[in-house]
Amino acid sequence: MNFAIALLAGPQDPAARSALEFARAVLSSGHQISRLFFYRDAVHLASQLGVQPQDESDIAAEWRQFIAEHQLDAVVCIAAALRRGVLDEAEAKRWSRPVANTSAPWTLSGLGQWVDALQSADRAVTFGT
Amino acid sequence: MKSLLIISRHPPARQSAREALDVALAAAAFGVPCGILFMDDGVFQLMKGQDATQIKQKSLAANLQALPLFGVEDVLVCQHSLGERGLQANQCMLDAQVVNNAEIATLLEHYDQIVTL
Repeated sequence: MNFAIALLAGPQDPAARSALEFARAVLSSGHQISRLFFYRDAVHLASQLGVQPQDESDIAAEWRQFIAEHQLDAVVCIAAALRRGVLDEAEAKRWSRPVANTSAPWTLSGLGQWVDALQSADRAVTFGT
Repeated sequence: MKSLLIISRHPPARQSAREALDVALAAAAFGVPCGILFMDDGVFQLMKGQDATQIKQKSLAANLQALPLFGVEDVLVCQHSLGERGLQANQCMLDAQVVNNAEIATLLEHYDQIVTL
């Protein structure tokens, strides 16, 4: 079965962990994830600049590793990301910002990617509010 | 095409309100049959006579008015949420259709997918 998974909540919200555990369970049960979509505060997960205390888990790093390991399509809403200061090299250049803080395996793209994923998935699941 | 119901639950001053409308407009622009249901504090988005400029925000009115133009079929508002806040249907923009709990249950059956924002 094909799953589209959207996350709306940021790294500080337990929903970010629930969504990751769910995504892991989807793959380990032999299903596929057609697309992950990060909207609203979840775009902060794509930032590479967060630093967690050494004895605490780093949810952003775990997501990044999970996406890279399974070569998943991980789309970050570009409008939500720009508002919150999550920019890749191209956007940092376009808007004359001094640094970029996201890159592969994340992709910045539009809401249409979520709409498209909702249409093609057998199951669409959203985490966070 | 799978139909999509968006449930918008946040008050108008929140970024979340605008982001829920963006999803509805994006889906409609892609030709997805979709509806939007305002409930909980989301019903405040529909109140007439708001002045967002006083809190240095852009009004949601233009986005709301775009819903029917983009072909968002159902613009619905939860009767219970209005009542809880002492509001009446005639205070709502867009002639939003008032739905009770039983009708909401029917809606959840009717739409293929539900997204709560």
